[in-house]
Amino acid sequence: MNDVFVAMASVILGVSTIDLVRLALGRSLYDRLLAAGVVGTNTIVLLAVIGFIFERPSLFVDLALTYALLNFIGTVAVAKYLEREAEEGTRG
Amino acid sequence: MSIAGMVLASAGLFFMLVTAIGIIRLPDFFTRVHAVSKTETLGISLVLLGLALHEGATLVSLKLGLAVGFVFLANPVAAHLLTRSALKTGLTPWTRGRAATLTEGQKGGQP
Repeated sequence: MNDVFVAMASVILGVSTIDLVRLALGRSLYDRLLAAGVVGTNTIVLLAVIGFIFERPSLFVDLALTYALLNFIGTVAVAKYLEREAEEGTRG
Repeated sequence: MSIAGMVLASAGLFFMLVTAIGIIRLPDFFTRVHAVSKTETLGISLVLLGLALHEGATLVSLKLGLAVGFVFLANPVAAHLLTRSALKTGLTPWTRGRAATLTEGQKGGQP
């Protein structure tokens, strides 16, 4: 039973590693931000699966929910900051 | 783990893999956003729903359902905000004619 969750966690970690390649290669700042956001979103699922591995899902699901909120707020904050930066740049 | 939960979780993991392939293989930021905002949302929702099916009708599965709802709302919004910010900053979308220069520049890293 537990092996299933360990396998799921390994798959999620492998997928996140592929996303980290894009984070490292980049090409533009937004590509890096997007890849970081995807890794963060994968972490939500990873936290939930870890909860089932350690048989304490009630604790880890709360962590996953909190992480989802923080991840969203982080992405929105950076996007808003860059947008404002660009607008002030064109205004002079 | 029940068969239905297994099927849902495996489908979700497949979509997460599709997202990773899309974010590596697609040519520019806007196409990558297209891959992320849809496939990633679907993949995450499916895995969490599979876990909720495994758990049964408890508080944990309710919270997993809340997480699914939040991701369903927040992920596309975050992708949209990033895209709008990128457009306003002056990132130009990829067109077929510029494919050669893009693959050329890919080796050099950040322009």
